[in-house]
Amino acid sequence: MYLADGRPAPATSVPPGGRRTGRSRRVRAAVPSTVLVLGTVSLITDISSEMVTAVLPLYLVAELGLSPLGFGVLDGVYNGVSALVRLVGGRLSDRGGGVGHKAVAAVGYGLSALCKPLLLLVHSLPLIGAVLAVDRTGKGLRTAPRDAMISLAAEPAARGRAFGVHRAMDTAGALCGPLVAFVLLRVAAEGYDAVFTVSFCVAVLGVVVLLLFVPGRALPAAEGTAGPASAGPASAGPASAGPASAGPRTPAAPRTPVRALLGRPEIRRLTACAVLLGLTTVSDSFLYLTLQRRLDLPAGWFPLLPLGTAAAFLSLAVPMGAIADRIGRRRLFLAGHLVLLCVYGLLLAPLDGSTALVCAVLILHGAFYAATDGVLAAATADAVPEDARGSGLAVVQTGQTAARFVCSLAFGAAWTAWGDHTAVLAAAVGLALAAALSARLLRPAGPAAGPNSPSEHTS
Amino acid sequence: MNRMPLSRTARLLILLATVVVLGAVAVGATLAAAGRADRKDRTQSDGPKVTPGAVRLDGPHQGLFRNMAWGPHRDEITAVPERRLTGPRTASGVHCLRFHAAAGTGICLQAVHGELRDSYRAVLLDRRLREVRHYDVAGTPTRARVSPSGRTVAWTVFVSGDSYAGTAFSTRTSVVDTGGRRLDANLETYALTVGGHRVRAADINVWGVTFADDTRFYATAATGGKTYLVRGDRGTRTLRALHPNVECPSLSPDGTRIAYKKRIAGADPDAPWRLYVLDLRTLRETATGEHRNIDDQAVWRDGHTLVYSLPGDYGSDLWTVPADGTGTPHRLLSAALAPAFTR
Repeated sequence: MYLADGRPAPATSVPPGGRRTGRSRRVRAAVPSTVLVLGTVSLITDISSEMVTAVLPLYLVAELGLSPLGFGVLDGVYNGVSALVRLVGGRLSDRGGGVGHKAVAAVGYGLSALCKPLLLLVHSLPLIGAVLAVDRTGKGLRTAPRDAMISLAAEPAARGRAFGVHRAMDTAGALCGPLVAFVLLRVAAEGYDAVFTVSFCVAVLGVVVLLLFVPGRALPAAEGTAGPASAGPASAGPASAGPASAGPRTPAAPRTPVRALLGRPEIRRLTACAVLLGLTTVSDSFLYLTLQRRLDLPAGWFPLLPLGTAAAFLSLAVPMGAIADRIGRRRLFLAGHLVLLCVYGLLLAPLDGSTALVCAVLILHGAFYAATDGVLAAATADAVPEDARGSGLAVVQTGQTAARFVCSLAFGAAWTAWGDHTAVLAAAVGLALAAALSARLLRPAGPAAGPNSPSEHTS
Repeated sequence: MNRMPLSRTARLLILLATVVVLGAVAVGATLAAAGRADRKDRTQSDGPKVTPGAVRLDGPHQGLFRNMAWGPHRDEITAVPERRLTGPRTASGVHCLRFHAAAGTGICLQAVHGELRDSYRAVLLDRRLREVRHYDVAGTPTRARVSPSGRTVAWTVFVSGDSYAGTAFSTRTSVVDTGGRRLDANLETYALTVGGHRVRAADINVWGVTFADDTRFYATAATGGKTYLVRGDRGTRTLRALHPNVECPSLSPDGTRIAYKKRIAGADPDAPWRLYVLDLRTLRETATGEHRNIDDQAVWRDGHTLVYSLPGDYGSDLWTVPADGTGTPHRLLSAALAPAFTR
């Protein structure tokens, strides 16, 4: 397992963003080249997708004369679909002893890339909605195999940092996307077609980097049951994914079905905690809405609030990942939710002084993401055997996503019934209870990474 | 990813080639769009004549609107005599995305081109289209209205975040008196009642104000996936739902009828809205002779005639149809948006 990235790395060189690899410096060694490549792919892809997201309202209203309001209704549906697709993606990608990870991820990235030119062809809200749904499907498909590849490429002891680096690169792309889009619109007034075309080109570049520089197999040849069988006939391309190429060749591979996964107490506990805490994680839009109302912020600030969270996330993801590696991923995951509890506290506190409070809330909110997003994936990787890594990640993350969706509905209902102050209070009390329960659930396993995990038979 | 892994050099070469090809496509698309943007600054030979000049919002019997025709006066508020709407246009030099005017007061929702991104503001205009004051707004402008007396204005913008908020959009509607003394920045803070019950949902959206007088108005309120015609009162800060399935209402000059977008069940989901008129006393709905999809807040040219926008060669044309359900629509003006008619 420690060798997982050893062989591909020297040959793999590095995409445009990265530097040299394979040097024996400890800092470099902590972040394998595969992780940097996947981070680069995510960075490029996020530039592409955020370009579109940033101009979409303007495009709909100014260019097509549509009201974008209908999207609000469809948004929940898309997220639900995306969560289900993620399970499928995770399951498919585990076939063939790791070959599937890259193939399924490539299909996911490719699907989203193809949606960009389609946006040029559709001019009505339902069709645009359908294209965005396909885009989300691509996102759902690729997430679990991508995280599986990151976890398999990183040394178990440095997984938290590896995920931190990936999430930081991902977020950097998300922050760049809108800037690129607005620069394009500056060069070409109302050049929405240029924005979509450039977005497509950027997305394709992401897929190409993935295909060229991510090792086809995450597992070293000498390893495990699936290894030798699938070593030779690596898939010929992204399209010949999962079943066709891998199915017949790995008949005896002991893949772990989702049900068997949930039979493992480790995973059950982790999933339960992710769900419990997710049930009390108020969605970003509600949080910003509450903040805006609570402080009566100037209207122009509203679009900047998500940027604040993202900037804090970007700068804290790597250090938080490193801290997770030192003190334990589960512990930091819990601590991250205590930070969220502080956010709720600030929203409830009878404080004044808008600017400082807004900054504090956004920094803490970004810290919450930095301490939980990649960290949960790293913690999941500790608990899931390698041949089911994609499925395991998908199960835990889908549980979390679904729980957050339920929380949104419940929070909306609570807001309706009691007003926003009481709703935040309820969420805070719920979060405190969930955190206490999670602390109990996670304690027996401890923060240890690796040795006590059943998956580390190679190390 | 192939049977024989490519050498590092080969992969770098492929990457380089891809970057060159994709870069060429991207640059080409951008230059093409930039060229088209330049063309839009040049006057089209078959378009309407537009000349710069003095425009007054209180000039009698004129049509005012955002000029969409390509040329140097694109997006400027222009005026034409009521009797010769298709004649030469006088451009004011004031750029607006959305616009409305009444009794010598104008409201102009405009883009402010910043270094990194555009922002938007709502600008109050006096009778000579000079800025009285402006308000920064949180998103993309969509609706604007002035009360009949010219003493109160309202505007609606779409607000959206980035990926962290998903693709959810919401509206924000503000009302202010022209003296600037009383700004209601967000009508969602008004008390909304539907069927006599107070609604406190977080998903309330209010848009498309149309004024009865300086304190009373009608608007659309949406909650729980339904839209309502609401009667609003600035004095009591209330919104009361009157009728379901009404969007972007527009009150007739005599205050008895509402023209609006109705979402038709079973219609082509690509185009669900039709132009209807609601009698406020009987709550009887009348379909107009316009059978196409309408996504605009119509204006009343007089007590009997509606004017609204439909997509056209230059983005938007203005069409007209009788309000009583008779007649057929015809094109009033090409390359125009957001009209107001002075009396």
